[in-house]
Amino acid sequence: MPYQHTVQGKVYRFDNLRILLAKASPFRTGDALAGLSAETYEERVAAQITLADVSIKTFLNEAVIPYEEDDVTRLIIDSHDANAFVLISHLTIGELRDWLLKDETDTLVLKTIENAITPEMAAAVSKIMRNQDLIAVAKKCEVVTRFRNTIGLHGHFSTRLQPNHPTDDPRGIAASLIEGLLYGSGDAVIGTNPATDSPQAVMQILVLVDNLRQQFDIPTQSCVLSHITTTLELINKNAPVDLCFQSIAGTQKANNSFGVSLNLLDEAYQATLSLNRGTVGNNVMYFETGQGSALSANAHHGVDQQTCEARAYAVAKKFNPFLVNSVVGFIGPEYLYDGKQIIRAALEDHFCAKLLGLPMGMDICYTNHAEADQDDMDNLLTLLGVAGCNFIMGIPGSDDIMLNYQSTSFHDALYLRKVLGLKPAPEFERWLIKQGLFDEQGNRSATAAAGLLKDMGNLWIK
Amino acid sequence: MDKITKPDQNDPLSFLKEFTAARIAIGATGSSIPTKQSLEFKLAHAHARDAVYSAMDIEGLEDALGQFHRPVLQLHSMADSRAQYLQRPDLGRKSNEESLNRLADQITGDDVVIIIADGLSAIAINENVLPLLQLLIPKLSAANLKIAPLCLVEQGRVAIGDNIAHELQSRLSIVLIGERPGLSSADSIGAYLTYQPKPGLKDNSRNCISNIRPGGLDFKSAADKIFYLVQESFRRKLSGVELKDNEGLLVG
Repeated sequence: MPYQHTVQGKVYRFDNLRILLAKASPFRTGDALAGLSAETYEERVAAQITLADVSIKTFLNEAVIPYEEDDVTRLIIDSHDANAFVLISHLTIGELRDWLLKDETDTLVLKTIENAITPEMAAAVSKIMRNQDLIAVAKKCEVVTRFRNTIGLHGHFSTRLQPNHPTDDPRGIAASLIEGLLYGSGDAVIGTNPATDSPQAVMQILVLVDNLRQQFDIPTQSCVLSHITTTLELINKNAPVDLCFQSIAGTQKANNSFGVSLNLLDEAYQATLSLNRGTVGNNVMYFETGQGSALSANAHHGVDQQTCEARAYAVAKKFNPFLVNSVVGFIGPEYLYDGKQIIRAALEDHFCAKLLGLPMGMDICYTNHAEADQDDMDNLLTLLGVAGCNFIMGIPGSDDIMLNYQSTSFHDALYLRKVLGLKPAPEFERWLIKQGLFDEQGNRSATAAAGLLKDMGNLWIK
Repeated sequence: MDKITKPDQNDPLSFLKEFTAARIAIGATGSSIPTKQSLEFKLAHAHARDAVYSAMDIEGLEDALGQFHRPVLQLHSMADSRAQYLQRPDLGRKSNEESLNRLADQITGDDVVIIIADGLSAIAINENVLPLLQLLIPKLSAANLKIAPLCLVEQGRVAIGDNIAHELQSRLSIVLIGERPGLSSADSIGAYLTYQPKPGLKDNSRNCISNIRPGGLDFKSAADKIFYLVQESFRRKLSGVELKDNEGLLVG
């Protein structure tokens, strides 16, 4: 069905919802690369004005990727909550934005529409929202998940400790891991990207981290971010798997390019659940996403990269994840060119995921060929802190020496906690205080760190 | 004003530095990274950024490549500028019209074509490609492999090699390209080897040897590995995932 709008006598016509969404998207290089962007500034705003007048019911009748062709579309349509939708079904996309920003639309109200909003609706409304709108609404959402601790409570802010090493050397991983813990990092997860997908290497890291966690009774969880098939294989060998990781995308074809299907994800989910290793809850999945992944796999079906990204959240949602994050600036400048585009995309991803009820964090990051630097990341870090982002990464000095990109440092997380008065996960905070690493005010104690370090160092290094 | 301290030397975690090149034990001032370490990081990033925007020294390289007694072809992708190169990888994979004309004039049908491209670090090519070729080309010649004209490509991505090699009807291509700079090194060359190159191949059709630079994979080891792959590729008539998976030499 065509959509149109006239600006000063010029008629802008958009042949279908897929095209309208793409043209309404704030500019980013990936959509230009795909040939989907608006041609002019005026066309983009014309598309946004047109989109604002589209009834959100339309999204249930007009799929951007046909139901018959794509299992993510089927998942979205089949899991839509028609009863909860009654509250908002009369709104247009523009009215939905206004409704989301109302004071009366508070945390509890937003919770009731998590299953009534589809990813495409969330993407659509985000396209007509300014950055502050994305922050204001996300801030009201509270998505809490549990495993050995509790992540996502308002007023709390967590980190994934990412102790990567280029050759998976256990001592090298342990060195970064120990430093991170002493900086109060790692309440979301101790999550290592393996350099290879070899099951032996992955097993070695799993055992290393699990031993350390048990030895010091740390209320957190670990994860090695291997391919899900490797994790499944290791679960069958009784490896200490807390969280099961996988990269996912917003189309069936893109997921296939990652070597996964909904069935495989479900199999891994059931296997990880059956280990029953959580103590305060049983959210066991960890997913990473990122704008541009569908296009880079040539699996975007002409859908803009932000809408594809939001669709990935439907996949994540099916498996009640403990953590989800977008790896926003990792993909490179052909998808997100500079600090401005990366910041915008991150705020969109965080907003859409939270609106859909996901425990969203962010890998605030960039590569050396993107037009971005630490100042851009500081801006984004602060904005996401204000928006109530569940967690970020903690990497020694921001520099991931295995994946060769820059993310956030242990120091960055402490900065954010300090300026915004945020605390780690409650269980983890109690552990930090008990060990004397931090005081009740959240200040670091270097002396206690030195003491604990001796114990840890004796265990792993010598 | 307080005297500036040197927190890194006081950091109790300093001894952990032995085990990883990660930026651990950099100390803290309040919750923040101390001045010295903060500026060190900026300098590393500046090197990486300069590398991305560096240009190949075409004249210097062409002169120096004369020592191999092969014609040198100057080629250019369809990406006009670095800004366009970064935003349009598709254009960096195709030769521009002038280059295509130049390729059409060549005598074709050699065994190996070596394609040198700036990629994301022309500095890497300017500084490191000659010593690598001085080790590699004699090996190829000694094995009686006929080497096509040496190609120098500006604003090129790996896959542009498929198109060039196809034009020259070479049986195998070796693309030597500046890799995306990391914070610790901005001068790495990546070598990509493709058997029977033709447009439209995917990355799984190639073998890659990465991090070629002094301080990374040294030139001799790199030349040995590339030569080994070339021989195996001709012997088994393939390249890519299947070639790599079966060979222990290439692991690690």
